[in-house]
Amino acid sequence: MAWFRKPKYTTIPVTQRKSEIAEGLWVKCKDCGEMIYKKDWEDNLKVCPECNYHFRLSLQERITTVLDNDSLQEDDTDISPTDFLDFTDSKSYKERLKIAQDKTELNDAVITGTGTIDGHKIVLGILDFNFMGGSMGSVVGEKLTRAIEKAISAKLPLIIISSSGGARMQEGIMSLMQMAKTASAIARLDTSDTLFISVLTDPTTGGVTASFASLGDIIISETKALIGFAGPRVIEQTINQQLPKGFQRAEFMLEHGLIDMVVSRKELKNTLAQLLDLLD
Amino acid sequence: MENIYLDFERPIEELENKIIELTNEGKTGLDVSNQIKKLEEQANILRNKIFSHLTPWQVTQLARHPQRPGTTDYIANIFTNFIELHGDRRYADDPAIIAGIASLDEQTVFIIGHQKGKDTKTNLRYNFGMPHPEGYRKAGRVMKLAEKFKKPLLTFIDTPGAYPGIGAEERGQGDAIAQNLFTMSQLKTQIIVTIIGEGGSGGALAIGVGDKILMLENAVYSVISPEGCAAILWEDKKKVDSAAATLRLTAKNLLELEVIDEIIPEPVGGAHRNIDEICRTLKKGLSKSLSELQKHNSSTIVLKRYKKFRKMGQFIEKNIDNEEKI
Ligand SMILES: [Zn+2]
Repeated sequence: MAWFRKPKYTTIPVTQRKSEIAEGLWVKCKDCGEMIYKKDWEDNLKVCPECNYHFRLSLQERITTVLDNDSLQEDDTDISPTDFLDFTDSKSYKERLKIAQDKTELNDAVITGTGTIDGHKIVLGILDFNFMGGSMGSVVGEKLTRAIEKAISAKLPLIIISSSGGARMQEGIMSLMQMAKTASAIARLDTSDTLFISVLTDPTTGGVTASFASLGDIIISETKALIGFAGPRVIEQTINQQLPKGFQRAEFMLEHGLIDMVVSRKELKNTLAQLLDLLD
Repeated sequence: MENIYLDFERPIEELENKIIELTNEGKTGLDVSNQIKKLEEQANILRNKIFSHLTPWQVTQLARHPQRPGTTDYIANIFTNFIELHGDRRYADDPAIIAGIASLDEQTVFIIGHQKGKDTKTNLRYNFGMPHPEGYRKAGRVMKLAEKFKKPLLTFIDTPGAYPGIGAEERGQGDAIAQNLFTMSQLKTQIIVTIIGEGGSGGALAIGVGDKILMLENAVYSVISPEGCAAILWEDKKKVDSAAATLRLTAKNLLELEVIDEIIPEPVGGAHRNIDEICRTLKKGLSKSLSELQKHNSSTIVLKRYKKFRKMGQFIEKNIDNEEKI
C-alpha cells in the first residue's frame, strides 16, 4: 500500500491507523495516493504536502484563504434560480437545485460582493464547484454581470475566482447566453480601465473558460488545476487516444502561453495583494 | 442530385419514387398524367402533414441534413463579388470557418460562417464544421476589418461545436471563443447573425453575438447536442428524443425565449429541397434587418447590443423589481 512507503508525517501503528481512517482522521491524496493526517492537511490549506496536489476548497474556505478576515460584504443574496424550462432528465432541475442548495446553503453556484485583500478594496466573485459543478446558469451570469458593472461604476478592481464545469445544461440555451452576457460586461469593463484578475481553480472548463474567465487582464491559475475548454473525456472520445500526462493542467496552460502564472494556494493572497499594490 | 431521405420521410420517399417510376413509364408512350397528378397531390398532403408536426429531434436531423445548404451556398446565391480572406496571421488557415468580403446588392458587407462538408471528402476538409482556435481568430480579425471599414458584418452559424482536440486546447480554444464574444460585443458596426443549420454551443456563439439574430425554420441552436445531453443527464445515449425536446432548441422555442429575433421560413421538406427559394427568403430577411439597423449610429448599436444580451436569463429576485439598471 502506497502510504506505508514514505511515512514522513505522523506515524502511528497500523491497527490504530486503520480505525482512524474509518473515523476520517486521514485523507488519501487524489493525485499521489499518499495518506495525509487530516489535521496536517487542513493546516496546509488542503494541499498535499507530498506532491503539492491542491484539493478543492469549499466556498467558505476559499473566502478565508483570499480575503482579509470578515471583510466580505455580499451583494445580491436574494437572487435565486428558477426552473423556467421545466427541465426534467433523470431528475428534475427543481430537485437538483434543492439538493445543491441544501448541500451548500447557497442559492446558486456563485457569491459576489466586496471585500479587502491586504486592505485593498475589491469587487469579488467566487464560483462554487460544489453547487452543480459550479455551472453557469442565469443566476451566475446575472450576479457576475452585476459585480462587473459594480467594479466599473465604483472604480474598484475586479477579481473572479472560477471553478466550473461550464454551462448549466438545465437552463438550455439561456446558459449559453450567459457567456455572451458576462463577456460583454467584461468588454465594457475593459473600456473603463478597470483591472480584472481572473483566478482559475480546479476545475475550470467549458463555457466559463470560453467567456469571462479567459478575459482577465491577468490570469492566474492555482497549482495543478484542470483548465480547458473541452473536458478531457470528450477529447479522449473524439480523438480515440489517451491524453498525455499533465494535459490541460495549469502548468500546461502556462507552457502554452495561455495564462500569466501558476500560483500555489499559500501564495495566492500575497500574489493578489502584490498585483493590487502595483496596479490599483 | 438525388434526394437523401431521413427516416421519418420514408412515406414521402415511397410516393416520390412511385412518381418517378410513373414519369419514366410515361416516356414510353403510356398516358399516366392523371395518375401522376393524383400521386403528387397525395405527396403534397403527406409532406405538409409530416413537416408541420416535426419533433425537435426530427428538426435536429433536418438541421444536420447532408444536403442542407451551407455558408458557401448562401454566399454563392445571395451575394456577388465574394472575395475570401484566409488565415489568422498567427498559426494557420482553418477551413471550418469561411470569411470574406462581398456585395449584398449595392452594399459591401463582411461575411463569416462555419462550413461543413457534404460528403466524406469535404467533411474531412472542413473538419465537419468544427473550428480550431485559428478559425475563431481568423473570424475575429475579419470582425475588426468590418469595423474599420464601417461595413456590416453578416455571420452564418452551422457547427456541431468547437473542435475538442489536443491541438485546439494547446492553442487556447477557450481563449479564442472568449475573445470573439468580447470583440463582437463592442464592435462598432451592424452585426446580423443567422443560424442556418446547427448551432452547437460555444463554438456557435463565438460568431453569434449580434444586433439581429435570424434563424432558419429547421435550424437548431443549443448549449449541448441532444446526444451529449442524453449521455450526461439521462445516462442513456438513446434518449435523444427527450433531450432534444427538453433542451428547447428549435427556432420556435428560441423565439419564445427571445434568444432569436426572427424565423426565416423554409420550403416544405427543408431548405435543401429548394435552395433557390431559401436563398431568396433569406436575402429578403437580411436586407430588411440591415436597413433597420442602418437607421442607428454605431454607438447606439453597441449600447443596444449590450442591453440585448444583458437582459438574457431568468431568475427570481425577492424584494427588488427587476428593472434594467444600465
Ligand atoms: Zn499528493
